[in-house]
Amino acid sequence: MGEKKATRAAYGEALAELGARYPELVVLDADLSGSTMSKTFAKSFPERFFNMGIAEANMAGVAAGFAACGKKPFISSFAMFVAGRAYEQIRNSIGYPRLNVKCAGSHGGLSVGEDGATHQCLEDFALMRAIPGMVVLNPCDAHEMRLAMDALIEYDGPAYLRLGRMAVETVTDSVPGYDFAIGKGALLRPGTDVTIAATGLMVQRALAAAELLGQEGISARVLDIHTIKPLDAGLILDAARETGCIVTSEEHSVIGGLGEAVCALVSRALPVPVIRHGVEDAFGRSGKAEEVLEAYGLTAAGIAGKAREAISVKESLNR
Amino acid sequence: MTNKVLALAAARARRLGMEMVFRAGSGHIGGSLSSADILTELYFEQMHIDPAEPHAPWRDRFVMSKGHCTPALYSVLSLRGYFPQEELELFRSIAGHMSGHPDMRHVPGVDMSTGSLGQGISAAVGMALAGQLDRAGYRVYALLGDGEVEEGEVWEAAMCAAKYRLDNLCAIVDVNGLQIDGRTADVMPSEPLDEKFAAFNWHVVKADGHNFDSLRAAFEEARAFSGAPSVILARTVKGKGVSFMENDPGWHGKAPNAEQYERAMAELDSAVERLEVL
Repeated sequence: MGEKKATRAAYGEALAELGARYPELVVLDADLSGSTMSKTFAKSFPERFFNMGIAEANMAGVAAGFAACGKKPFISSFAMFVAGRAYEQIRNSIGYPRLNVKCAGSHGGLSVGEDGATHQCLEDFALMRAIPGMVVLNPCDAHEMRLAMDALIEYDGPAYLRLGRMAVETVTDSVPGYDFAIGKGALLRPGTDVTIAATGLMVQRALAAAELLGQEGISARVLDIHTIKPLDAGLILDAARETGCIVTSEEHSVIGGLGEAVCALVSRALPVPVIRHGVEDAFGRSGKAEEVLEAYGLTAAGIAGKAREAISVKESLNR
Repeated sequence: MTNKVLALAAARARRLGMEMVFRAGSGHIGGSLSSADILTELYFEQMHIDPAEPHAPWRDRFVMSKGHCTPALYSVLSLRGYFPQEELELFRSIAGHMSGHPDMRHVPGVDMSTGSLGQGISAAVGMALAGQLDRAGYRVYALLGDGEVEEGEVWEAAMCAAKYRLDNLCAIVDVNGLQIDGRTADVMPSEPLDEKFAAFNWHVVKADGHNFDSLRAAFEEARAFSGAPSVILARTVKGKGVSFMENDPGWHGKAPNAEQYERAMAELDSAVERLEVL
């Protein structure tokens, strides 16, 4: 625990390791291999690395063709240009024929920082989870990313994987009993008053928020929801039942992401108050990553505030 | 294979395609009639395939990038033996899987699901890259429309194919000069296609898309060319074979009514009968 590393770095290293074991692995990038870190694979396996230039739509289609011939392609670029620009190619050329293409969107969310709104993708979960059969992953740290890559290469079907730009503390390597499986979230901290279901870099912040809340005598459960689709219904419904209210937290618009997925689940199966923490129907802006996250309230204090709100709604309903 | 045998297969494909569109009450007949000869030449003479083994790894691949022309594609696949002709009766029907646009998961012989224009050529580039990486001997073909090339993705794919010198890739453009809203020259001029593809470092071949000698020679030239992808610019007539549909953009995506269907079938039947007695 404690090591700080970006999930994109773990992505590049994982590709390079998997390249040795999987001769059918091919990696495509769109002139951002130094940022997505797919260059790590390119160095080891130049004959299986394909730089598609600044042409993400074609990259998605080429990957579909590779998959139709039995290869295991991973494509990477910024989340904005994978999930956004190439959305329809991913839907029609990859999702619809259920081709085995893994789409990695790096620099997701506000933590892109200085590049600003045009590069801060806040809609990738919404876009990708709307595609039938698409798996959507958002690992929170380098350790989890490494395990996610092992699972993804064995998974036969289309998937979207968000990578982060910022170095983040590794937390999942020190959780007793932690195991990674697609579609299974992880309980990182027990709690009884409120559940914080977080994804990506909000997981570390959720753990910090739980500390803050603990100082006030509030017992917050923390769930790491690395798989946004398919959602771990059992883990979330147990939390709804046992804590009576949920805060979702994601570096994404509150529209269409983890928050709405959790709302859809609990409203049907076990209605409890759900407060969605994320970016409120707004574009991002330039700034240092941490400053931008702070400006939009994507902090431990922001989560703690939503947790108090959730508890107060729960209590008002119980009165 | 003799030109007569090919012409007869193409004439039967046109007739089947017309039946499919009429029965379904919708579908893209104009471009299907323009591409029927190209598809027949590919599936009956050029492509190294075995309909009994539609997923054979060694096979040549075909991507219908102009995916709406399923009346021609499904007819040719059926005539070539991929599936029984009766299955065409469920074209565009909720009761079956003969979807309006090619579906690789349900229609035997379809190598790639397409329909959204500009995307098929990218998939074909990926297939050709896979073949190159594996040093497999198969060739990859993709058929595009001359309206379809207005999509920017086509030129992304064109750049990419040239970068990797994909001489196992052969694109064909069905140059019928029309798209839904009218003449391509008016809607969005895509010509000069020869100069455009040449500028993208492709080997450009021109052909008469309704003449089997011309098509055969073009495919042979493309196969013999090494170091770059080839494109065959096949000049065609939209609606070919039905006099009142020829060169009329109104028949891009419309089904004939009963009276029009009778007239169209009379022309297509007589073409088949003429060839059968030869």
